[in-house]
Amino acid sequence: MSNIAHRRSPLLNIIIWGLVLIWIIAASFPFFWTLWGSLKVQGDFFSKADWTNAITGVRTQIETGGAFTGNGYFGAWVTKSFWEAAINTGIIVFSVVVISLTLGTLGGYALARSGKRYAFYLLMLALIFRAMPHITLVSGYLLPFFEWNLWGHLPTAIIVMVAINQPFTLWMLHSFFLNIPKDLDESAMVDGCTRFQAFRHVIIPVMWPGVVTTGLFSFLLAYNDFTVTATLLSQSNQTMVPKIASFLGTTQTEGNVMFAVAAVVSATAPLFVLILFFQRQIVSGLTAGAVKG
Amino acid sequence: MKNRNFFWFILPSLITMLLFIALPIVSVVVQSLHIEHEAVLNEVENCGPFGCKKELIINVDETKRLKLEKPLGEFNGFKTYTNRNHLAFEEIKLAWSQSESIKQFISTSLNLPFYRALAFTLTYTFVVTPFVLFFGFLIALGVNSLPKQMKGPTIFVSLLPMIVTPLIGSLILFWMIDAQGIIGSILQRIFDDPNLSLKASPTLTWIMLMVYGVWHSSPFAFIVFYAGLQTVPSDTIEAAMIDGATRWERTKYVVLPHLMPLTIFILLIQLMDNFRVFEPIVGFSAQANATSLSWIIYNDISNNEDQFFGSAGATSVLTIIGISVLLIPVLIRTWREFNRKVV
Repeated sequence: MSNIAHRRSPLLNIIIWGLVLIWIIAASFPFFWTLWGSLKVQGDFFSKADWTNAITGVRTQIETGGAFTGNGYFGAWVTKSFWEAAINTGIIVFSVVVISLTLGTLGGYALARSGKRYAFYLLMLALIFRAMPHITLVSGYLLPFFEWNLWGHLPTAIIVMVAINQPFTLWMLHSFFLNIPKDLDESAMVDGCTRFQAFRHVIIPVMWPGVVTTGLFSFLLAYNDFTVTATLLSQSNQTMVPKIASFLGTTQTEGNVMFAVAAVVSATAPLFVLILFFQRQIVSGLTAGAVKG
Repeated sequence: MKNRNFFWFILPSLITMLLFIALPIVSVVVQSLHIEHEAVLNEVENCGPFGCKKELIINVDETKRLKLEKPLGEFNGFKTYTNRNHLAFEEIKLAWSQSESIKQFISTSLNLPFYRALAFTLTYTFVVTPFVLFFGFLIALGVNSLPKQMKGPTIFVSLLPMIVTPLIGSLILFWMIDAQGIIGSILQRIFDDPNLSLKASPTLTWIMLMVYGVWHSSPFAFIVFYAGLQTVPSDTIEAAMIDGATRWERTKYVVLPHLMPLTIFILLIQLMDNFRVFEPIVGFSAQANATSLSWIIYNDISNNEDQFFGSAGATSVLTIIGISVLLIPVLIRTWREFNRKVV
């Protein structure tokens, strides 16, 4: 955009730069602040005297002898066994992603290739299902799950999250499959493949970009979930997010809020890494649904 | 695709959705028509040195047996819907006849738990959604005009608020606005009021939750708009420039109409997501000043000792009705557009 007609006035430039700068600070500062604060003692992070103590770490120096301390992390991971919750989260997230992608690719492929009226109705139904607040569904599960002794186990939470995830997965994969030319699998079928063989040998090798992107969003849904995991899992099977929520009550009274702060930072770290590596896929995923309808 | 093939491909996905989305909705409706058993009371005569007294005590075994036999509880019809914790017809009628002004009537009604939650949920939805659209668009315009090498990092930090777990994101902000945290204490200094607390006043709590909502969701609108801006036809822009359109006019008459379908898409997703607002209330511990429909359902079922399935069911049904009413206009539009494209 170097041509003269596109050039902006200096005032407009300043406004734009100022705006973007404010947004960058608003978006990122809270995270860096909390990361920094998690390495201090509570007297600094929540300073009664002066908030700048959190930067200089006065009380941290006095209490621990160093400028930084890992006490919060030790407390959360070892004393409060946050690692158990981390393992549970790992199991749940992995299973949800794998299962919902398997079901979603099959369904999304069918929806993209059908061209019949009922495929369209199914998509609209999925959209309505997508609108259901999760907690209303959960309040429908609880009583039957108690009765059938399904409550509290990891597989129950996994299958529930797969189901809640399905409408979104179907929509997204459906729009990705629409982008793969029909001729590809149809020519395979002309050569004598069955529908499933065409899917297996022709579509699967070329569908990975779409699947990776959809997988990222399934990951986020499972990883970030609070509603399902907090209500459907027993104490011993708890995942990270409800565990942090339960830290709040207990640590406030015991005076070790820093455990919760450290746990929060630990749970955010994987998300950071995720954006670092998959920024392009996340952006394309967010827009895939929108730009293509 | 042949019907038979389609059926087998879609079957697994369809089964999970029917079992875990459609059936629960039915289950919620059934639950809402029932109510927990009352405790079975036995009359016992208690005789002491000062004569005999009749006392009522709870028959624990009998109560337990009843609960095992009929876990759903007694059939209660629509009484749960009309009781004080839900639509509260009696209380509303009473408030209507006793209130001297509309204002008083409204404030009395807003003391009822359901209406209180509904008021917050609707306010949150209708304040946060337009702000998200507006800020998202503004940031997209801003980032779009940045030099190329700065776009990547800007998008990276922009994704953070959206991708972080809602509960964790609200906790991070909650600690910062704490009276002893950075924002809280700076605000105290600015307003020169050492007792200023964002948590204490209902108005400030509402504002805080909505600021969180905008912070959390703006990146989504930003990314979608940003992608849309890449596809604005440059021919049309140039034609408008030749015709003498100013930058503002070009944005208004070319860019905005081009982004209209995206706006509908963001609107749809935002209405769905904001109406179920729940985690921020837990994260900010704001339940004393602000409750949402999702939060009162959670409150009914999260208590391990006494779970009120009937009450949770009724609120759930009302919530589902609410979200349907809200989404019908947008859904009809999506339906029409999709119809035009596919068939």
